[in-house]
Amino acid sequence: MSQAFLVQGNEACALGALAAGVRFFAGYPITPSTEIAEILSKELPKVGGKFIQMEDEIASIGAVCGASLGGYKAITATSGPGFSLKQELIGYATLAEIPLVVVNVQRGGPSTGQPTSPSQADVMQARWGSHGDKGVIALSPSSVQETYALTIDAVNLAERYRTPVIFLLDEVVGHMREKLIIPKTPPKIIDRRKPNPGELPYTPGPNGVPPLPAFGEGYRFHVTGLIHDETGFPTGNPEVTDKTIRRLHSKLEDNIKDILRYSEYQTDDAEFLIISYGCSARSAEKAVKLGRAQGIKLGLLRLISIWPFPTELIMSKTKNVHKVFVAEMNYGQVTAEVIKAIGREKTEGILRVDSQLITPDEILSTVTKGVY
Amino acid sequence: MNEIIKKYFRNNKLPHIWCPGCGNGIVLGALARAVDKLGLDQNKTAVISGIGCSSRSTGYLDFDTIHTAHGRALTFATGLKLARPELNVIVITGDGDCTAIGGNHFIHAARRNIDITTVIFNNNIYGMTGGQYSPLTPTKGKSTTSPYGHIEKPFDIPELAIAAGATYVARGTTYHTMELSKLIANAIEHKGFSVVEALSSCPISFGRQNKLGNAPSMMKLLKEKAISIKAAEKLPPEKLAGKYLIGELFRKQLPEYTEEYQKIINNLTEGGQMQ
Repeated sequence: MSQAFLVQGNEACALGALAAGVRFFAGYPITPSTEIAEILSKELPKVGGKFIQMEDEIASIGAVCGASLGGYKAITATSGPGFSLKQELIGYATLAEIPLVVVNVQRGGPSTGQPTSPSQADVMQARWGSHGDKGVIALSPSSVQETYALTIDAVNLAERYRTPVIFLLDEVVGHMREKLIIPKTPPKIIDRRKPNPGELPYTPGPNGVPPLPAFGEGYRFHVTGLIHDETGFPTGNPEVTDKTIRRLHSKLEDNIKDILRYSEYQTDDAEFLIISYGCSARSAEKAVKLGRAQGIKLGLLRLISIWPFPTELIMSKTKNVHKVFVAEMNYGQVTAEVIKAIGREKTEGILRVDSQLITPDEILSTVTKGVY
Repeated sequence: MNEIIKKYFRNNKLPHIWCPGCGNGIVLGALARAVDKLGLDQNKTAVISGIGCSSRSTGYLDFDTIHTAHGRALTFATGLKLARPELNVIVITGDGDCTAIGGNHFIHAARRNIDITTVIFNNNIYGMTGGQYSPLTPTKGKSTTSPYGHIEKPFDIPELAIAAGATYVARGTTYHTMELSKLIANAIEHKGFSVVEALSSCPISFGRQNKLGNAPSMMKLLKEKAISIKAAEKLPPEKLAGKYLIGELFRKQLPEYTEEYQKIINNLTEGGQMQ
């Protein structure tokens, strides 16, 4: 029997992590993500897993890196200032190719900002937060049910692509209570690929992703945050450096069909399109209903995976529409990416940075101005 | 030693990058001999380091190794040890890596009494960046960032470790090599968080700026300034001024972190099996 619960998004995230096979969590208390740590501190030891509250945010992701190299599926959860602190080791895990998930329940920034209010202003930090060029996977759910399933996806993608996955929750979805149905059939689980005999720890496989043995299994390999060759040891060679940096991007971009997640609502005959994600997409969906009732041919393209950015998808879905509105709780972070894809004339942001949720009426009134 | 180099070092990664006269190789040799003496399984031993001259050691050692980010070795080590308590986890770190940028991780790892051995290569300076002052640079010491003489007081690493909760604390030097190896072996054998401060010398980036002579003269200084804890017990305080105590400075048996966590798991599950 599938089971139904009335839970918060943060709880759905913790339950999804357990269902995905996560058996290690390290974190540091921070609003509005703390419930994830609290629930996992209670649940992990019941299934033989490990929880630790570390001395700070950097230590938390450091411990997650260590546990992941020990062969565990490992995650951490944080928000705003904690996400800033974690950037150092997100960069490390990207280059050293350590699978892990960083949940960021977005709150208002900069700095301590608006700790108890929602925001979607960490989209660009998820992409470019740590120094250096790198590829990244970022996912953003819009409901409690989706949070559960997408947390499992996040863990699976981290394992398949040997990379950190940024899970962009927001304060609304994280704290909102909704029905969660946990299906009776166990979810599909992906495990990291182990090396074949003689295979090097940083030789890319057919999908661009190298295999990863666990510590203690006799491979005796080296992991470093320096640019390294396929043996895993540091090198100053410009060709190897070029190849490594390009592969960190291409292993995700070349597999975008597998990573890409989105949903559409009323887009078939749409003349006007809203692009949105996370909490704002909930208001956008309502705005589509209200707009359709007034006879406006309005549709919604909801991004579920944000990075790698679905440029081609957006180009194809906006080809036949007159105008595109991007609804998001920030100063225009995804809006700028959409402009990059389809140009400035056709694109308009519906942006809110006052820590309040964008309302359906607000979206509709902007759309209406664009229509008439 | 040749057999030990063959067995515990990645011979194709040698020679090392360290300057002539550097003490790092001596500390690393002492560590390898300690591992050999204890007969640790190379496949069940992980060595984890931070960033800096001494932290390059992990690249040369034939174990599962991680060269982490600056100051973060103990965070990776904590995660690995908690996930896989059956592994021997050894951390190699320098004075700046461990007590400046990694200072918070150091005191908290000690407080938890997690079964990790930390060997701190103390050369009193940031060597890799060319000789800036560290938390272990002596007062009045010259460095490229204290050109008028250092005005801060250095940490006493063993006192810091003991105050924070480490349950085995020792200090050795690169002059007293055999004793250093014994101290490291004892630290690894100890159940709990163990710290060995290895006083070393950096003739290039510290010695030259402070007119301490060449590598042998700096080693002579280590010999002259060190006094064993047993000999010190019999001496009046005035005879100890300006001296470093060496040997096993502290040992206490207290509950170890991963064992305490396993008790929680065992209470909640049948036989502590992972599901």
